[in-house]
Amino acid sequence: MELLVFAGLALVAAVAGLLVIVQRHAVYSALFLIITMGSLAGIYILLDAHFVWVIQVIVYAGAIMVLFLFVIMLLDIRSEPAPWAPPDRGRILIAVLLSVVLLAELGVAVARRFVLAPAGGPAVASSFGRTQTVGRLLFTDFLFPFEITSIILLVAMVGAMVLAKKRLH
Amino acid sequence: MSVPLSAYLILSAYLFAMGVVGVATRRNALIIFMSIELMLNAVNLSFLAFARFLNSMDGQIFVFFVMVVAAAEVAVGLAIIIAIYRNKETVDVAELNLLKW
Amino acid sequence: MLNSLWLIPVWPLLGFLVNGFFGRRIGKTAVGTIACGSVGLSLLASLGALGKLLARPAEARRVEQVLAPWIGAGNFQADWGLLLDPLSAVMILVVSGVGFLIHVYSIGYMREDPDYPRFFTYLNLFTFSMLMLVLANNYLLLYVFWEAVGLCSYLLIGFWFEKKSAADAGKKAFIVNRVGDFGFALGVMLLWTSLGTLRYDQVFAAAPAQLVAGGGVVTAITLLLFLGATGKSAQIPLYVWLPDAMEGPTPVSALIHAATMVTAGVYMVARSAPLFTLAPLSLSVVAWIGGLTAVFAATIALVQTDIKRIVAYSTISQLGYMFLGCGVGAYAAAIFHLMTHAFFKALLFLGSGSVIHGLSGEQDIRKMGGLRKHMPITAWTFLIAALANAGIFPLAGFWSKDEILYGAAAGGYGAVWALGAGGAFLTAFYMLRCYYLTFEGRSRVEPEAAHHLHESPPVMTVPLVILAVFAALVGFVGVPPEHGAYHRFVEPVFAGAKQVAGHAASVGEVPMAILSLVIALVGVWLATRFYVWRPEIPARMVERYPAAYRTLLHKYYVDELYDALIVEPIRRGSLWLWRRFDEPVIDGSVNGIGALIRIGSLALRRVQTGYVMSYVLSFIVGVVAILGYLAFWR
Repeated sequence: MELLVFAGLALVAAVAGLLVIVQRHAVYSALFLIITMGSLAGIYILLDAHFVWVIQVIVYAGAIMVLFLFVIMLLDIRSEPAPWAPPDRGRILIAVLLSVVLLAELGVAVARRFVLAPAGGPAVASSFGRTQTVGRLLFTDFLFPFEITSIILLVAMVGAMVLAKKRLH
Repeated sequence: MSVPLSAYLILSAYLFAMGVVGVATRRNALIIFMSIELMLNAVNLSFLAFARFLNSMDGQIFVFFVMVVAAAEVAVGLAIIIAIYRNKETVDVAELNLLKW
Repeated sequence: MLNSLWLIPVWPLLGFLVNGFFGRRIGKTAVGTIACGSVGLSLLASLGALGKLLARPAEARRVEQVLAPWIGAGNFQADWGLLLDPLSAVMILVVSGVGFLIHVYSIGYMREDPDYPRFFTYLNLFTFSMLMLVLANNYLLLYVFWEAVGLCSYLLIGFWFEKKSAADAGKKAFIVNRVGDFGFALGVMLLWTSLGTLRYDQVFAAAPAQLVAGGGVVTAITLLLFLGATGKSAQIPLYVWLPDAMEGPTPVSALIHAATMVTAGVYMVARSAPLFTLAPLSLSVVAWIGGLTAVFAATIALVQTDIKRIVAYSTISQLGYMFLGCGVGAYAAAIFHLMTHAFFKALLFLGSGSVIHGLSGEQDIRKMGGLRKHMPITAWTFLIAALANAGIFPLAGFWSKDEILYGAAAGGYGAVWALGAGGAFLTAFYMLRCYYLTFEGRSRVEPEAAHHLHESPPVMTVPLVILAVFAALVGFVGVPPEHGAYHRFVEPVFAGAKQVAGHAASVGEVPMAILSLVIALVGVWLATRFYVWRPEIPARMVERYPAAYRTLLHKYYVDELYDALIVEPIRRGSLWLWRRFDEPVIDGSVNGIGALIRIGSLALRRVQTGYVMSYVLSFIVGVVAILGYLAFWR
């Protein structure tokens, strides 16, 4: 049962992931990326990451992708010519070949180290991945990095406003 | 039947490779940016899989931080793209070659 | 006073700084006042120090102070240390005393010069350096200020640098001195490697025990030091710069090239007396060089026509006497002569300066004559100085020169004594010739110069008179010879050096003194006969011995010889190295490397496309490579 759910979600994520990068218009890419993220959120449930799958949906698939769509529409970008047009063809070929090699290397690494790991993993406590657990860790062991993130967000917010605002003169 | 760890990792590697292809082949800055997000998601998947199979919450906390950084990065990155678009009327990276000798 | 020796040299340093930084803003009066006042304060401090020193018993007249550590590296140690003993006391008195009078004189002499502040700045820097030179308590500090006075000398010779001959003369002085200073530096280094210290007291304490008397090392050290002295004090073979140095303003010639800096070599040899005593060979070299220079320079002075050059050759000759004195072991006599010479030679230069000033820049004695009527003070003081230089009883030069000659005779250096005596005769002759041609007889002054002819203002004549009093009377501090107040004061410094020199021959002091006086008087008589009673004789002599006359007039062609033997080959060699080595090899290799990098960069910059995609692609290549390594080999 679990394997079937995973297989379904993985298939959706894989197909949508491929479609993200072959669209001629950025809006379609963004929509397929949302689908990928959504199916990944489902897979996160299988991994007992209850808090993370919620923020995956809210923050990633929600806020960030909305921001993307917002910018795409704001900029009013016309759909570009087919990405495999002649001037780019050689580069695309090289890139795809490199990616295949990369994927093969990752596959080899996984096959050599993790293929024998027991399926399903160890039994975990019922609190594993719950919001309460994550919150307790963030405010104890990871308090300092957690506070740093607030500075990062503040800097990003100010930076985004400064960069994107219209020049006054 | 349970899912083996290697299945999660293979899916993660596949999505990462898709992101790499996207970054290396596309000329639209927005799509390149989305490909980067795709890679980040792929890495997050690996983190969560390892967290589950090692029975350690550290991986999940790390994913949280990755998301924070990704949010910040998207905000700044999109602002830069807007600024560039305002100047050059394009988001085609092939036309952005100010770094050239 | 003895607890703060720094009070002696510090005033000219302050004067140098104030005049150097603000001289153009504070006006000529203030500049002159500061410059003279600072040297005056040094003079007062020196007098105070002398008084305190005299109050002490003879064996305790030695004060050494370390102001601050300077260099300490391993077992090498050199400090800012000052040493006051009778020898340096005499030197600081000469430097600050004569220096003070010359500073005052300069106020009048340089009044019209637009670079008035610069002149006094250099002069103060020189006075400071010279005081430090004689007060230093180790050879390295001595060396530093030895170079500093050389620098001041260079700056002041070339003071009117817009005149090519002055700039060339400065350059010549500097370069010739380099040769000597190179030897001096080597000597100091050798001294350190063989004794491990450069402080006078430690060197002189260690030298007799650690160096073989008469051995190669001590002979090499002393000869190298003496090479430095020949440069600084204008002795054969490095004397050629001093006559040219007369291109500088006359007060500079008086202060630096007569009274003080050129005597630094004598001071250094006298200071190193314990070392020279260990090297009899070096001592005889010093004596012979001194004696030869004394005669050699005197013969050139016989026929020169430039008043300052006559005095300059006279200076070289008198410095020769001082070295002669050192060489025969009569160090006290040599320093005595240094002191008397400072007064009468400074007076001679300032007198010539006064003449030049009165004649609007004329320096040729053939265009002078009969000036006594117009400038009586200058004439009388000049005569006193000339007679003192000639060694006429009872003026200062008589006592000191006689003592040197007596030292040579008593030490058994018969040949050297003969040189000295011959030089004394020549000195008397050329000094009186110079006086007669300048101040007596019929006037040969050019009409427009005669129009402006005037005695110099009091600011110039008062120093002349004071110096004349000293030139006449200062010799009496050394009376009776070898036992006067001067000797009781200075002699203990050379107590160690005396033993070896000793008295080899017994010669009566009074007969020797009468003999040298007679020799000088013969010179005076001959000059009077030639230039007053029978003025046609000199011309006849020139006709009868044209070759000898031309040789002397051209200074034995030494400058031409040096040019042909040293300067020209070096110039040719340098040109060859420049064209054939420097340009193709050194410049070539540097340019070649540049060109190589440029070509390489031209190829490499194609990588820098400016396209993000290509950068990403190469980035991915890197990632694939690293991952490959991790996946397959780890």
